[in-house]
Parts: sequence; structure tokens; C-alpha cells
Amino acid sequence: MAPDGAPHIRIAGLTKTYGDVVAVDGIDLEVRAGEFFTMLGPSGSGKTTTLRMIAGFEIPDSGVIELAGEDVSRLPPYDRPVNTVFQDYALFPHMTVQQNVEYGLMVKKVRKGERRERAEQALGMVQLTGYGARKPAQLSGGQRQRVALARAIVNRPKVLLLDEPLGALDLKLRQEMQIELKSIQREVGITFVYVTHDQEEALTMSDRVAVFNHGRIEQVGPPADVYEHPQSEFIAGFVGVSNVLERDGRRLTVRPEKINLLEDGREPQPGWHVEPGVIRDVQYVGPVTRYHVTLDRGGELQVLAQNLEEGSSQVLEAKGRRTRVEWRPGQESVIDEEGGTE
Amino acid sequence: MVESRLTRALLRLGAGFTLFFIYFPLIVIALYAFNGNVTQRWPIEDWSTKWFPVAFENQGVRDALKHSVMAGLGATAIALVLGTLASTAISRYRFFGREIVTFAVILPIALPGIVTGLALQATIKDVLGPFGVKFGLATIVIGHATFCVVVVYNNVLARLRRTSGSLDEASADLGADNWQTFRYVMFPQMRTALLAGGLLAFALSFDEIIVTIFTSGAIQTLPIWMYATLFRPTELPIVNVVALFVILVSIIPVYFAQKLAGDTGVAGSTAQAAPAATQEDATP
Repeated sequence: MAPDGAPHIRIAGLTKTYGDVVAVDGIDLEVRAGEFFTMLGPSGSGKTTTLRMIAGFEIPDSGVIELAGEDVSRLPPYDRPVNTVFQDYALFPHMTVQQNVEYGLMVKKVRKGERRERAEQALGMVQLTGYGARKPAQLSGGQRQRVALARAIVNRPKVLLLDEPLGALDLKLRQEMQIELKSIQREVGITFVYVTHDQEEALTMSDRVAVFNHGRIEQVGPPADVYEHPQSEFIAGFVGVSNVLERDGRRLTVRPEKINLLEDGREPQPGWHVEPGVIRDVQYVGPVTRYHVTLDRGGELQVLAQNLEEGSSQVLEAKGRRTRVEWRPGQESVIDEEGGTE
Repeated sequence: MVESRLTRALLRLGAGFTLFFIYFPLIVIALYAFNGNVTQRWPIEDWSTKWFPVAFENQGVRDALKHSVMAGLGATAIALVLGTLASTAISRYRFFGREIVTFAVILPIALPGIVTGLALQATIKDVLGPFGVKFGLATIVIGHATFCVVVVYNNVLARLRRTSGSLDEASADLGADNWQTFRYVMFPQMRTALLAGGLLAFALSFDEIIVTIFTSGAIQTLPIWMYATLFRPTELPIVNVVALFVILVSIIPVYFAQKLAGDTGVAGSTAQAAPAATQEDATP
């Protein structure tokens, strides 16, 4: 195992095209050992293709994939020390849960006693003790998802690849599984590479996030960095709400919850950036209210305000009023022009 | 849609007539097997099963039956191997000419049997003949295999399309090589489809006559024997008994094949899954 902090997966110049479509366009990436690393992006952004190349289901046109220092770019899937949790789970329908979980050990000729023991341990980890004799068709979606997870981690892979594993679950179950996945990852210490198009999922679970767009990575960093300081207009919009303004020839973005609406007669806080505008629209969302403010200097901002005391009727009356917005200097991120011209 | 009572009655009548149209002649020939007279006359006057032992003892019938079974088994075996390979390749790989292969495999059922027969005869006699190939059981098997492959191919392909595309990827991902993936995952998935396709292929081969005429040489299969014996009035009752037998041998495999093809092979049924799904919340 690679020492802590050293790259565990190293990807360099990875490219994959299908006919005229460039799915992955020269990606460089390093994932550390034991990290929960998320590849986030809209569909067709190249995140799943990248995952499939790490797994070995696709062979890159060019570029290198190294796992713990070993070049695996051209190895077949069964010779790679990685396992995958598939979006549709891909459980073997003719086998029991126990047989599914033991499969990887069975084909590698691990003896029966050890196989049984490790499979039961893995099923215990996903809280499915006692479900071994069932067939996948007898399980709910959430349970199948857990079996798929157990079937992968029982092999103790160096890297676990997860391809939108929670996509088919309903919201409540998905949120439960997010917490559980994260705790399982801490428990087993395996490097997780997680693909999702759900920005909230990415921000909640990951140690670091890579944001994919058009086959390239636009930004890599801890969730807070990516969210608070998006480096491109695309990221500003995809990871959160696109609040982009043009001021003094620069394009910048501010997160809606960082902006304060100044009440009439109140003095702005010293040194803060202030702009006048008109409240074009108001949406009451329960815990918060979302204001759409058209600024006099051009552009529009969304402002998120916590509903500390207001009721919905008071809040909605604000529509059409003149107002001023203010934010602390440094809360805005300047979007680099290259990324912004997308 | 709500039909008027008249429409419904007409539709029922139409369906009934269609079934009658298909099955009445079969019933007639089946009943003739129980005709005690040597001459055929409708309605049957002398009911008897006396021709059954006679047909059973007939050496010509026995030889023909043996040939038919052997040809059927041979053609089915070839169809199972080639049909499985072709359908696996088609479902798994995207390659140049993929559509053409699909079309080429299916085409033989549309081709007139007489053309297939003539083509096979010319090939065997003129092209392969100089190399010592003679008409016989082997050439019948090859001839039948040309149209048997497609039923296995279609059955297996339909099954593969219904199974999750990532099963073989999951297997490879878990460390299984191509052979292990076939043996433990893909084959169990297609097992019932193979059985269904095999039964259909056997049924097709068992009652085939046109291609057989052109490829059999001196060997008689059951349908050929029937066709040849038809012109000997004294043996007509035996032909009727054999006809009943052939009808049964053809219907039974088709019946089972249809049941098997309907079964997805995917473990359990929705009826089983429903109560289990409600236990999700019981999971700790």
C-alpha cells in the first residue's frame, strides 16, 4: 500500500474518443491512498468513461493509469486490483446473496471456509447479516445496493470504484446510504473513487472533488474550495447557483448565502462591497427565502436569507422594492477568463 | 377500447374460424390413425388401434425414425454451438458488419427451402463430391443446421438483451476470466433459452422435408419415408399412424420451448419479490 498522502492512482494524459466524440480529453489526476475522491459532472462530461477506464472496461486511446505505481492502462479488468459498484448493481440473479458476495473469492480459488467467513463479515458490514440465502429478486433496491457493496469490498481491493451507486434510490434512502458509505469507507480504509452528477452528494461525502466538463477536469479540490471558490463559470453554476457579474472587466461570482440584503436606513458594514438594485422576485422555501435582485450596474444576483422571524406573507411583500446588497470582500471569486468563456 | 357486442361476437367468430381452419385437417389425419379399414373414407366407420403395432414393427419406419432422431440431434447440436457463439458476439461487441451478420443468420428461414436444397445439393455433389463427400446423414445434418441455427440464435439473443448488460463486466471486475464469466454467469443466464432454442431446432429438423430431399441421398428420414410410402395404398394406414406420431413429436417441444422462453431465468418472480421488499425497513 502506498504511504499516506502519496498518489495511489495517477492518471496522466488520459484520452478516449468514440468516433467523432471526445469523451475524455487529456485528463491528469492524482488520488491519494484512503481518500474519498469524487468525480462530479453532468452526463456526458467524461466522468463515467474515466471510471470505466480505471476499472478496465474501456481501453484509453492514449495516456497512463497507474495504481500504486503500477501501469494498469492496458490490463483486462480481472487483472486489476480494483472493484466496482455498478449503477444497476449488476447482481447475478441466479445466485444467492451469499454466492454473489463470495463470487470474487470463488473465482480466485479462495478455500471455502475462508470464503464463507469473509462473505459473512462483509454482509455484516453492510448490515445484511442473515440475508445470505436470498436471491437478489427478493431484496429491495436499498438491500441490493448493499449486496453490491459487500460483493466488492469482500475482495479487499486497493481501490473501490462507485458509478452513481445511489442513483436508483429514493431521496431519504439515498441520504442514509451517503452517511453509511462514508462510515464504511473510514472503516475499511479503501480508496473510494465515486462518480456522481449530484453536487450535494459530492460535497457531503468527498475528501476531494474533481469537477468534469466536456471531457476535461475544470477544478480539483476539497468540497469547500470547489464550492466557495469556483474557478469557472461552469463550476459556479453546476456546483450551486450561478451568480455571475461583470465588474471592471472582470467576471466574478458570489454564493447567494454570502450576500446580505440591507434594510432601509441601515448603514452598510465598513469595507463591504455594496450595490443598489431592485428585488425582481421572491421565493419562500421554508427555512430560507430566495431573492432575485436586479442590480443597477447590470447583472442579477440570487440572495439567500435565513427566515429568522419573517412569515411567508411579509417576505413576499418585498417583491418590487428597491434594496441594497452587500458582501464581505473576498467572498467573491474571480472566474478566470478561459474557463468563463465556455 | 369498447367494442360493440356485434364486433366482439365477430372477432370471436373470426378467431374460432382461424383455429378451426388450422387444426381441423390435423384432427382428420390424427383420427385416420384410428381407422381400421385399409381404405380411407370419411366419416370413419371402423375404429381400431390395430395399425399402431403394425407401424411400430415396420422396419422402414424404425430406420426412418432412427435417421430423423440422429439428424435432429446433430443439427440441434451444431445450432446450439453456432447460435450461442453468434448471439454472444452480436450482443457483446459492436463491430463492423454487425447488422449484416444479424441479417445473414436470420435469412435462411426466409429463403425458399427448395433454393436452399438445390444450393446444398449442388455444393455437396459438385464442389465437395471430388473430395469424397457423399450424401448421407452428415449432409442432412448440415442442411438442417442452416435453418436451425437461427432459432437458437434468436432465443439466446432475446435472453441476452433482457439480462443486465453489466453482468459480464461485474464478473470480470470481480476477477473472473472470460471462461469463468461464461461458465458461472453467462451460461446460467442463457440456459433455459438454449433449451428452448434446442427444442425448437429439433422440432424444425424432425419434420423438415424439402431440404432433406436434396441432401439425404438414399437415406430416409421419417417425413421422406411418409412421402415415399404415400403412393402405396396398402401402407397408407401406417403413414397415418406415423403422421400422428410426428404431430406429437413436433407439438411437445414447441410447447415446452414456449414455456421456457417466457421464463426469464432471472431468479425468483415478482410475486416473491413483493413481500420481501416490504421488509426493507426491518433492516437494522
